[in-house]
Amino acid sequence: MRYMLMITDDGAELASPAEIDAQPAFLSWLVDVEARGGRRAGTLLRPPDEAVTVRVRDGRVLRSDGPFAETKEWIAGVEVLECADLDDAIALAATHPEAGRFPIEIRPFWED
Amino acid sequence: MGVTDAVDEAFRTEWGQVVATLIRVTGDWDLAEECASDAFASALATWPRDGVPRRPGAWLTTTARNRALDRLRRGAAESGRLRRLAPVLEDDSPPAEEDAVPDDRLRLMFTCCHPALPLEAQVALTLRTLAGLTTPEIARAFLVPEATMAQRLVRAKRKIRNARIPYRVPPAELLPERMAGVLGVLYLLFNEGYSTERRELATEAIRLARVLVSLLPSSEAGGLLALMLFQESRRATRTEHGDLVTLAEQDRTRWDRAMIDEGLAVLDEMFADPGPYQLQAAIAACHAMARHAEDTDWRRIADLYELVAELNPSPVVELNRAVAVAEVDGPAAGLALVDDLRAELPGYHLLAATRADLLRRLSRHQEAREAYEEALNQAPTDAERRFLARRLVELTTS
Repeated sequence: MRYMLMITDDGAELASPAEIDAQPAFLSWLVDVEARGGRRAGTLLRPPDEAVTVRVRDGRVLRSDGPFAETKEWIAGVEVLECADLDDAIALAATHPEAGRFPIEIRPFWED
Repeated sequence: MGVTDAVDEAFRTEWGQVVATLIRVTGDWDLAEECASDAFASALATWPRDGVPRRPGAWLTTTARNRALDRLRRGAAESGRLRRLAPVLEDDSPPAEEDAVPDDRLRLMFTCCHPALPLEAQVALTLRTLAGLTTPEIARAFLVPEATMAQRLVRAKRKIRNARIPYRVPPAELLPERMAGVLGVLYLLFNEGYSTERRELATEAIRLARVLVSLLPSSEAGGLLALMLFQESRRATRTEHGDLVTLAEQDRTRWDRAMIDEGLAVLDEMFADPGPYQLQAAIAACHAMARHAEDTDWRRIADLYELVAELNPSPVVELNRAVAVAEVDGPAAGLALVDDLRAELPGYHLLAATRADLLRRLSRHQEAREAYEEALNQAPTDAERRFLARRLVELTTS
């Protein structure tokens, strides 16, 4: 079963992917992920001020700068994990190095 | 006992087990409930003719399991699933096998009370699957439209399936936290059943707590069971013609001794490193054991409230402690503690009512009257307002 972990942040202390990859806490988290099922994808996202939102109205493409919703906390990265069940996904979200700072939302994949 | 009574009795004691087992073997909550219902209907139809089976629970589980197999057979679209399930379902091993898996109801309890589900859904699901209340009954108990309750149950089951909430007793590292969740749901159920009209909720909460304590003994589960038994033992005397009767004024000969004895026995077996439910149960036990209100061990109650406050500091706990202190050291000592809490509990009618009572006992009648009036304005129920109004009249006429 796959779950997406949406990791939020407010951008005050944003680390780069290289910095995060070098964190011992993150490395040991990855070891735990592999032990429980495996990491299918994972990435950091550039902050929302670099976002572009596209809408199509009456066949016209409208572009606006910024995210579709202005929020204090935004999705800073995602992890796609293979887990036995929701309890495993919760355990991995709870031990993610960012978990102490901002909420992490877990979304199960839509599977048949 | 007539056959219909036997089916009723089996429904109360076996429904949860039948559903829990069917969920384990089919993985399908709706199918499990439907087949359990069918099995009970079948019991009503055949037991009068064939007699009550020696082991009603095993009979019902086997019947429900066969029904599940029939249904899956008929559903051609589910043939793939049938192939996977058929071996478990067709396994018609002797009933002894059911005894080998005594924890299906525990699995069900922990799954119903999974923290990923909203609390109101946890409660509804527990009542539906473990206690066997129908959706309309649950809707009535919680004063919501039937469609709303049905939707709540559907959503909860969908989330269990789609998010893959595991059907199991949680592993040791998660158990304390998850046990607290289950106990919280049972106590919520019990408190919803505190009023006379919804007594069945309290009865079910006690029944489920007994199951929990017997399958997975833990000090806090025992504490909760004892607490509910002590509170329930006083049901007949708590009100008279809809009016509240205080603990001191209740007719203790009408308290349910069997419940009190059961509660004391459960509580007796524990008490190492007591948690909040055990402490509250121990306090309730002090009242339960006093044959007359004057015999109450208030010193012990005050000490127990101090322990409760250490675990969960709260002004409401302090207020209760103040009441006990007033009994031990006199109303002036109690009042001093209560007055310290006024800033922390603004608008709380029980604080005003407690002050009023202590002021009355200190013969400070004018202040007592003001406090009763304040409590009257804040009290949330008619019964409480009538009680306070009565006290106010007594004070004025004395």
